[in-house]
Amino acid sequence: MASFGADDAGMNITAAPTGLPAAGAEMTFGRHGRRTGMTQPSTPTRPAAISAQGLVREFNGLTAVDHLDLDVGRGEIYGFLGPNGAGKSTTVRVLCTLLSPTAGRAVVAGYDVATQPGKVRLRIGVALQEAALDPKQTGIELLRLQGRLYGLSRSEIDGRLADLGQLIDIGDALGRPIKTYSGGMKRRLDLAAALVHNPEVLFLDEPTSGLDPVSRARMWEEVRRLNRELDMTIFLTTQYLEEADELADRVGIINDGRLVAQGTPDGLKRSIGNDLIVARLDASAARAREAVESLPGVLSVEAKGDEVVVTAIDGAEAIGAVAVALNTVAAVRHLTLRTPTLDDVFLELTGNHIQPNGRGPGEAGTDETTGRETVEVGR
Amino acid sequence: MTALDLNVGAEIGARIGTEIGTVRAKPAPAPRDVVSIAGRALRGVPRELETVIPPIFIALFFFVVNIGTLQSITERHIKGFDIKAFMLPTAILIGVTGVSRAGSLVLDIQDGYFDRLLLTPVRRLAILMGHMVADVAVACLLTVPILLLALALGVGIESGPIGVVAFIAMAGLWSLAFAGFGYAIALKTGNPAAVNSSFLLFFPFLFMTSSYVPRGQLTGWLNGIAAWNPVTYVLEGQRSLVTHGWQWADLGKALLAISVVGLLSMSLCLAALRGRTRRG
Repeated sequence: MASFGADDAGMNITAAPTGLPAAGAEMTFGRHGRRTGMTQPSTPTRPAAISAQGLVREFNGLTAVDHLDLDVGRGEIYGFLGPNGAGKSTTVRVLCTLLSPTAGRAVVAGYDVATQPGKVRLRIGVALQEAALDPKQTGIELLRLQGRLYGLSRSEIDGRLADLGQLIDIGDALGRPIKTYSGGMKRRLDLAAALVHNPEVLFLDEPTSGLDPVSRARMWEEVRRLNRELDMTIFLTTQYLEEADELADRVGIINDGRLVAQGTPDGLKRSIGNDLIVARLDASAARAREAVESLPGVLSVEAKGDEVVVTAIDGAEAIGAVAVALNTVAAVRHLTLRTPTLDDVFLELTGNHIQPNGRGPGEAGTDETTGRETVEVGR
Repeated sequence: MTALDLNVGAEIGARIGTEIGTVRAKPAPAPRDVVSIAGRALRGVPRELETVIPPIFIALFFFVVNIGTLQSITERHIKGFDIKAFMLPTAILIGVTGVSRAGSLVLDIQDGYFDRLLLTPVRRLAILMGHMVADVAVACLLTVPILLLALALGVGIESGPIGVVAFIAMAGLWSLAFAGFGYAIALKTGNPAAVNSSFLLFFPFLFMTSSYVPRGQLTGWLNGIAAWNPVTYVLEGQRSLVTHGWQWADLGKALLAISVVGLLSMSLCLAALRGRTRRG
């Protein structure tokens, strides 16, 4: 997937530079050599449920979404990852017809969002960033009204309420005013409202923002279940790395309104490099290189002071042999396996972390300073 | 997980897979949209009694106090004058003017629920009309306790039972016409304080007219302003139903005045709705 040439945005390169992107990946480089884009695979394997070409949305001259190209396949969970203000919510509002595109074109469930918004609305469900609920209504009143506005008959609404009660697990609380609900219950009701009419495509704008870890895990399971049981296409925006990693079949990374990378979570992480095994020894690591570099799967070894950094194709596979080999040199005091995260991908592409501390609430197992997943062995 | 859990899970999954698959959204007929939105607005009324009790209280208060203050002086100096019948329309207009769900619409905008409505296939105009239908119903209901008090005080309705219905309907239409300003402000600003202050618009119209004495008793500049004040004709139309029976000229002028105010407020309102729902 190589192409050479220069344009205003940067230079497209086919030959893989350092970092060895996975086969089929595309990368673009900015004027200063920083990678500005990476996609792999760039198109879904199933017919597109959401498609955008050159989508632009401006507000008073400020560009919130900048020539966005997207293809989300039917039945796919697509994670749209980016920091606050990157353009995620604006993209969702355009795709779900609340805003018109300034330029470009977007098709959702087979209909153009600009020229056929009514047909799009019949086929999509949306849970916006803040649960959009009327606190004075009861849950059941809200869901019934939603059903009526989508043209469902009374019996259809009754059936859907029964289904959603089980699916979203709101239970008896449905009869209570929404203002008495907890944050998690509001989110689930909001999700239920988005599902009343059985949409083909579901947009979830930061669905777990502000939720406690338990509610968050529950929401993830519900998203998975919707996708698994109903084959629903789900477009999910998030600023949480772990969320995109856990849920999405493919991830698009957006920064300053531009899609800077797209691919499977594993593929994106693999594309920026290999696993790192970092060891601290009780003595000098000078002799570590010769002990480790010939091990299968080890790409390189660097030793400095008492620290050894081993680059491996598959760190999990190599770490045992590395530990044993290093122990022949000196006692291993501390051993860390670092696997690249989506934050590393974002860092590689933009020079910034997605989140200031590289983690979302409840993201256990993520190194606070580096944003990397770690497995630590110490003694 | 037990075998029973698995069976139940499979059963639910199968049911979801079949039943959910048969439900498909479709545009609802426009009247159904309006009724749905109005139903929600009306359900909200008993939950927000603070929006309807003060108008009733204020109307009853002014009705009683004005009668107590002016009865002696007016009935002594104006032959055949019935202050209770005269004050009834004034009290009604004080009660029903500014009664609207515009404040709730602002909260919908702030809570994001307005966006949820816009995400459905509901007609944008139906959102507004649904609220307004509810407003008319509430305004008509608000007139009942004031009318009952007037009847209890001995006021007779010369136009009869149908006149009572026409009287209530006229109050409802006036309420609707004026409510348009509140909705225009709500949709334009999304600010509850601005909506609440929209009632202040009514004050000059209420006092620079024949609210407290017949127009013939007004003099100078006030009489001139009253002649151009639409509230004057609404009051006179309602008074005609109470004191004179079916006076078609007065009723016609009242309906014309309501129409002019309604046309202005609804134009502002629709422009604000277009602005609020504009996607560009």
